[in-house]
Formats: sequence, structure tokens, C-alpha cells
Amino acid sequence: MTTTTTTLRSTSRLLAVADNGGGPDLDTHVQVHGDPPRLTGAAARDGVLGALSRSGVTGRGGAGFPTTRKVDLLARQRRRPVLLVNAMEGEPASAKDRVLLERAPHLVLDGAQVTGALIRADHIVLCIPAEHGGAAHAVQVALAERARRRIDALHVELAAPPARYAAGEESALADWAAGGSGLPMFRPDKGVPMAVRRSPVLVQNAETLAHVALVARHGDAWYRSVGAPDAPGTTLVTVTGAVQRPGVMEVELGTPVGHILAWAEVRRQPGGVLLGGYGGAWIEGSDLDVPFSPAALRERGAAVGAGVIGVLPAGACGLAETARLVAYLADESAGQCGPCTFGLPAVAEDLDRLAMGAADPALLERLRRRLEVIPGRGACGLPDGAVRLAHSALRVFAFDVANHARRRPCPGWAHRPTFPTPGVRRMSLWTTGTRR
Amino acid sequence: MDDGDETVTEQHLRVDPVACDAFGYCAELLPELVALDEWGYPVVSDRAVPPALLDLARRAVAECPRRALSLAAGKPSVTPKRVRLASSRR
Ligand code: SF4
Ligand code: SF4
Repeated sequence: MTTTTTTLRSTSRLLAVADNGGGPDLDTHVQVHGDPPRLTGAAARDGVLGALSRSGVTGRGGAGFPTTRKVDLLARQRRRPVLLVNAMEGEPASAKDRVLLERAPHLVLDGAQVTGALIRADHIVLCIPAEHGGAAHAVQVALAERARRRIDALHVELAAPPARYAAGEESALADWAAGGSGLPMFRPDKGVPMAVRRSPVLVQNAETLAHVALVARHGDAWYRSVGAPDAPGTTLVTVTGAVQRPGVMEVELGTPVGHILAWAEVRRQPGGVLLGGYGGAWIEGSDLDVPFSPAALRERGAAVGAGVIGVLPAGACGLAETARLVAYLADESAGQCGPCTFGLPAVAEDLDRLAMGAADPALLERLRRRLEVIPGRGACGLPDGAVRLAHSALRVFAFDVANHARRRPCPGWAHRPTFPTPGVRRMSLWTTGTRR
Repeated sequence: MDDGDETVTEQHLRVDPVACDAFGYCAELLPELVALDEWGYPVVSDRAVPPALLDLARRAVAECPRRALSLAAGKPSVTPKRVRLASSRR
């Protein structure tokens, strides 16, 4: 994926160095951001923990929970925890974590050290899939610089778990770190921390840690001085699809989606906009005033998710695109849970038939019933994301749904795919796949 | 399970989706609380197990061949939204 960052944007904090043409080295980092925060003693830890909770920093891996919730839980464990830094970035359309690590590795490492000190971690493991070699290389160079200056209290290990969509799900990452195969685990009670060889585990997304590094330096008032009141600070987004300048940029939370698209030089009204990621949701191409913030997107059944903003070109078929995305998610299903393993291919097939204009009379009712029965019944959130996407497609592309259900395909059906779905056949899954 | 506690604590059925292999014994024993989806996997009701069904529910838990079914106090964390048992039982 091309990752040209546009220079026109409201605020750069995480990317402050890179946006001014600076390199990822430690000297430039310290010049721009100041010395890495040191957390020696309980008072310093309490101070940062308080600032963090007042700052309103939320997890940037997809779920969006307040960061202090997990940190608090782990800080109360008897055994020393392990901090897993999650840079798996399983969303195929997302590039923000790897761009952040390439351009500002020290900010992520600062945040990891701060968080590690807060939970009294034993050590830190930074997980980057082998496919993201540029990010891993930047981290290696950065770690060597830090070792020479002895600025880190905690040992950082670099690990390369296998890249899969669900590999970055936190229980999957913990399972992999414990020597398992890296599949999501069934965790009925999220209030009990996960464990690796009896050590409790905290999984934090790489971008989240970079925000933590800034709050530890500048405090919560500074952090909240940009963004929306209910969603303070900035966030990294990956703008992709039918845009002139695709790439990763940093925006204030609450920025209207239309502004972000204008910076990426989207000139025509899109056919639809995919928000969050493949397990995200569509909004209408005319609905561009909506602020990019959790509360505003929730009203539209969408979420900030992994920060993906995908532009469907006018003229492409949103239903065909959705069928491919759901088929991709079905392929990425770890095959552990029945409703996901069997439900998602069935939903993908329904969507594909619908898009092709090959719907049987019972299709819509059957599809809606499937979308109702699948969510909440897998060990991880993958099936729920796929269902959310399919639901939003039926809503946003309702006109096409009605047309296609009358067995009229639209010309957009044969349109070139907008979003990459590695491994998924381009057309009609159901002619080659298993029949219902 | 804690016997004698049933009048104070609400119990919910819960399925471990990784362990469950869709044998469907639970739905046979407890059609009031467990339906099967079109692929044969259990959809458990999100209402508390009524006292009259608790013994049967305990039996279903004990006899699940994959030990995938459990009874837990409080709301289940894995519950489908808006599941209509009637429509998914056809
Ligand atoms: S819900 Fe799907 S992807 Fe998640 S663990 Fe179960 S089978 Fe795997
Ligand atoms: S009896 Fe156990 S394995 Fe069989 S369907 Fe019910 S929960 Fe699944």
C-alpha cells in the first residue's frame, strides 16, 4: 500500500517529527518531544496514572476502551505482568501502526516503558508480523540507540507472530506468546487478566502507547486541548480506496469525515465510505459531515475501530464489495467456533448472489435471519464485525438491495475491487464454493 | 455448582464456542432455553434459568460431551442480541 502522508492536516502530535521532515532517530525525537519520561517511585506512577485516566485516552487497536481500565487491573496483580505491544495490525486496509513505528519508534517505546512501569512489568514484548519488516527494522535501530544511552528500565524483546486478521486479537496474541498457535481464546470474564506461563499479560496497541508517552510528558490538560470534548486528542487514520493521496495521517478526533477526505484529495462524492475496517460499517457517500469520533459514529452503527476510512468510488457496487470483504473475513475465521465458521461463508454467499442479481425469493429473509443469529457467539469479535458490515451494507445500499433482489445486477458488479481481499476469488463465490 | 444458592443468584447458561461441537444434546434436554441454529450450534436464551429448569440445566451441563456448556451467575457475556428462539428453531 502506498503511504504518502498529506501535509495538510489539523494537528500533528504523534507524527510531529515526521511531518516536519525529521528522521526517526533518538536525537530528533528528544529535540521535539523532550526527554523520555522517568517513573521512579510510587508518587510518579500515581501521578501519571491519574493524568492518564483524566486524559481520556482510549485503546486504538479497535475496541476503544479507556486505556486506564486495563492498566489499573494489571497494576493490581501479585505477579509481575508481561506487557505485549500489539502492532499486528491485522486489518488489511490499515497501515497506521506500522507507519507510526517506522516514523516515530521512540514514542511507542517511551509509552511502552511508561506503561510497563505503571504495571511493574517484568519485561516487554513488541509484536510485529514478519511482513511488516520496515517497522521491525525501525524498532531494532531504535532499541540499539536506547541501549547505548541506557535510557530504558525494562527489557524489550521483538517478536514476529504469524500475520492473520485475528492474530492481533488480544487473547490470540497472549496465546501465541504462551507458545500456543495464536488463536483467540474463549474468555467469558474479561475482568480476569490473561496469563502467559502464570504471568498476567497486558496487551496494548502501539498507537495507544504513543499517546500514553505524550500524556506522561505533557499531562492531561494538554492532551485534551485538541479533539472533541467527548473524544479528546488526535488519532491516526488510514485513508484508502478511491483517493488521490492515500495514506496515514493524524487528525483530531471529531474532525468531519469530509475534511479528512478533502485532505486525501477525494474530489467526487463517494459511492459509500467504509469506516473502522473490514469489520466496520458503511456510511453513505453524502454523509460526510459526520465527525470522526466514537459517539457520532455509533449513532450510524459505525465505529472508529482501527481508524480505516475507505472510499468506495461512485459507480462501484457496494454490495459486491461487501460480499468480497465478508468472504475475506470468512476465510480469516480461525475455524474454531461454529457460528463463525459456517455462518460467515453463508452470509458471504448470500451477499454475492444478491449483488450478482441471482437472488432466490427467500434470500433477503434468510440473510437477515443469519445476521441476527450470528453475533455474540464467537470467541472473538471477527464474526460480529462481519455482521456489522453486512448490516450496514443492507442499510446504506438499500436502493441497490431492492434492485438486485429483483434479479437485476448493477453495472457496478463487474467494477474492479476497491479494497484488497487477498485470497478471495474475484467473482461469484457460490459457483465454486460449497452450496448451501 | 453451588447448590441451594439458586433462589438468590440468577444462573445463566453459557456456551464455550471453541469447545462446542454441535452435538445438540443441550437443545434436546432443554428446548425451553436452547435452540439450534441452521448449522446445528446452540443458541442459548439470554434469560435466567427458571428455578424449575435448574436441575435439567445442571444435567445438560454435566452431559455436554465437549464440556462446552456451563452455568454462571449473572449475565452471560456471550449472548446474541435479539435472538428469537422460535424463528431459529425451524
Ligand atoms: S469467532 Fe471466528 S475467528 Fe474468532 S475464534 Fe471463533 S472461529 Fe476464530
Ligand atoms: S451439548 Fe455441548 S457440544 Fe453439544 S451443542 Fe450443546 S454445548 Fe455444544
